[in-house]
Amino acid sequence: MPSDANPNRTPFALKAAATAVLLFLHLPILIIFLYAFTTEERTYAFPPPGLTLKWFAAAWERADIWQALTLSLQVATAATLLAMILGTLISAAMAQARFFGREQISLLIILPIALPGVITGMSLRSAFGLMDIPFSTLTIILGHATFCIVIVYNNAVARFRRLSGGILEASADLGANAFQTFRHILLPNLGTALLAGGMLAFALSFDEVIVTTFTAGQQATLPIWMLEELIRPRQRPVTNVVAMIVFAATFFPILLAYYLTRNGSETAGSGK
Amino acid sequence: MTAILPAKSLADRLTTLFWRKPNLLLALLITPPLLWLGVIYLGSLAALLLQSFYSIDEFSGMVVREFTLKTYGELLRPQNYDIILRTLLMSAAVTLGSAILAFPIAYYAARYAKGRWKAVFYLGIMLPLWSSYLVKVYAWKLILAKEGILTWAATQTHTNFVLDAALALPGIGGNSLSTSYIGMFLVFTYVWLPYMILPMQAALERVPTSMLEASQDLGATKAQTFRTVILPLAMPGIIAGSIFTFSLTMGDYIIPQIVGNSANFIGMAVYQLQGTAGNTPLAAAFAVIPIVIMLIYLSLAKRAGAFDAL
Repeated sequence: MPSDANPNRTPFALKAAATAVLLFLHLPILIIFLYAFTTEERTYAFPPPGLTLKWFAAAWERADIWQALTLSLQVATAATLLAMILGTLISAAMAQARFFGREQISLLIILPIALPGVITGMSLRSAFGLMDIPFSTLTIILGHATFCIVIVYNNAVARFRRLSGGILEASADLGANAFQTFRHILLPNLGTALLAGGMLAFALSFDEVIVTTFTAGQQATLPIWMLEELIRPRQRPVTNVVAMIVFAATFFPILLAYYLTRNGSETAGSGK
Repeated sequence: MTAILPAKSLADRLTTLFWRKPNLLLALLITPPLLWLGVIYLGSLAALLLQSFYSIDEFSGMVVREFTLKTYGELLRPQNYDIILRTLLMSAAVTLGSAILAFPIAYYAARYAKGRWKAVFYLGIMLPLWSSYLVKVYAWKLILAKEGILTWAATQTHTNFVLDAALALPGIGGNSLSTSYIGMFLVFTYVWLPYMILPMQAALERVPTSMLEASQDLGATKAQTFRTVILPLAMPGIIAGSIFTFSLTMGDYIIPQIVGNSANFIGMAVYQLQGTAGNTPLAAAFAVIPIVIMLIYLSLAKRAGAFDAL
C-alpha cells in the first residue's frame, strides 16, 4: 500500500524535528548575549533581575583582557599567514601531479585535526620538553599553524580541482612565463578560495584552546583567559562580554568565507 | 617550447626549467610544507611515543629517560582502567545521540530544503560547527546551572518532576544538571552535533529519489524504506560523522572539567598528569590510547567506505 499520496510533500513531523534541532543549535548562543547585560553578578539566575550596559565598560577597562586580545590577534594572524603559504604550496603540488606517497601525504595533512587536540597538544609539549624549548608566543603559533594548514589546503585543493589545466597551458602557449601565469591566471582564480581558507583558519586559531593550553607558558590568549574565568569565575558578566567578542571574531570571518565561495561546488566550511 | 619562445630573463629560463623538469617544480612546492608537517608534527608525535616509554622515579619525581614498559603497565590499574572505560562509554553515547539528533535535520536539508531554505540550513549547520567552542561550552554552563534557564523553564511549565526524576537516576544523575553525566552528555552532543550532520547530509543527498519511489512502488511501508533503503545508504555518512564525534569526545578535557561530577576522562588525565602531577610519561601513555583507538576506527571506517562520504 502506498504510504503517502504525494512523496514530495514534506512530512510535518520531519519538518518540526528539523526545525527543533536547528533551534537547539542556535538558542544556547543567544543566552550568552542576554547574560552579558544582566545586573546579577554572582549567579546565573534566569531570568536576569535587570539589564545594564556597565559590563561593557568594565571589560573595556580591564588590562588583562586587552593583553589577551592582542596576543590572540597576533597568534591568529601569524598562524593564518603561515598556514596560507604552506597550505597553498601543498595543495598546488597535490593538485597537479600523481606521485609516490601521495595518499600518505594527504593523511599527514589531515592528521593534526583528525586526532583529538589533546594529542597534538601533548605531542608538541613532549617535543618542546625533550628539546628544552621554552614556551613562548612562538610555540603557540607553531602549534596553531600546524592544524590551520589543513583548512587552507581543503579550500585551495578543491578550487585547483575545478580549475581546468587548459587555461594554464593556454597562458604558456601565449608566451607567459611561470611567474606571469601565477600572477595573472592562477592567483585570480584561486583568490577567493584562499581568502576563505584564511578566514576559516583565522577563526579556528582565534578560538583554539585545547592545543594552546599545552603550548603556552605564562601567556594567555583570549580563550585561555576565558577558560580560567570559567573554572574560577570573578566577574561573570564580564566573561560574557568577552564571550561575545570571541563569538563575533569567529562569526564574521566564517560568514565571509561562506559568501566568498558559495557559488562554487566547494563551499567553504563543509569540513572542519 | 624554447624554439618558439627564446628564453631571455631569469623568469623565462626558470619557466623553461620547470617545463623540462616538472618534478623539480613539484619538489620545490612540496618541500616546505612537508618539512613543517614532518618535522614539527610527526617529530612531536614521535616525541610523545618516546616519552610514553620513559618512566617516573617514584622518589625524586624526575623523568627517567630509559626504555621501559612500566608506564604502560600503570594504565591497567583499576582507577586508570576506569578512566579509559568511562571515556569510551561517553564517546559511544555521544556518537549515538548525535546520530539520532542529526538524522531529521540532515534528511530534511538533503531532500526537502530548496533554494533559499537550503542556504539557511547549510549556514545554520555550518555556523555552529565553526563558532567558538569555548563560547558554546560556556553557554551550556549558564543553561544547566541550578539557578539557570532550564530549571526556570521547568518551574514555569510545572515539569520539575521530569528534571528531578532524571537527576535521581542512579549513576548518571546528580545534584544538578551541570554536575551530572546527563549534563555532560548534553554538552558533548551539542558541541559535536554539526560534525555528524554535515557528512550525513552529504550521504543522503546522494540517495536518488527514484530509489525511494521504487521502494514505495514495490509496496514498502515508510519504516521499511527507512530501514532497508535510506539507512544503509546513509551509513557511510554516519560512520564518517562518528569518526569526528567519537574522536573529539575521547580527547576533550574542557567539558568534563567545566560540566560534570569531576569524574576523570582520558583528556583530563593527560592534562593533569603532565601539568600539576608532572608525570609526563604517564600522560604520554594515556595520549597514545586515543591514537591507537582512532587508527583502528579509521581503518574499519575505510573498509566501510566512509571516506567517500567525507
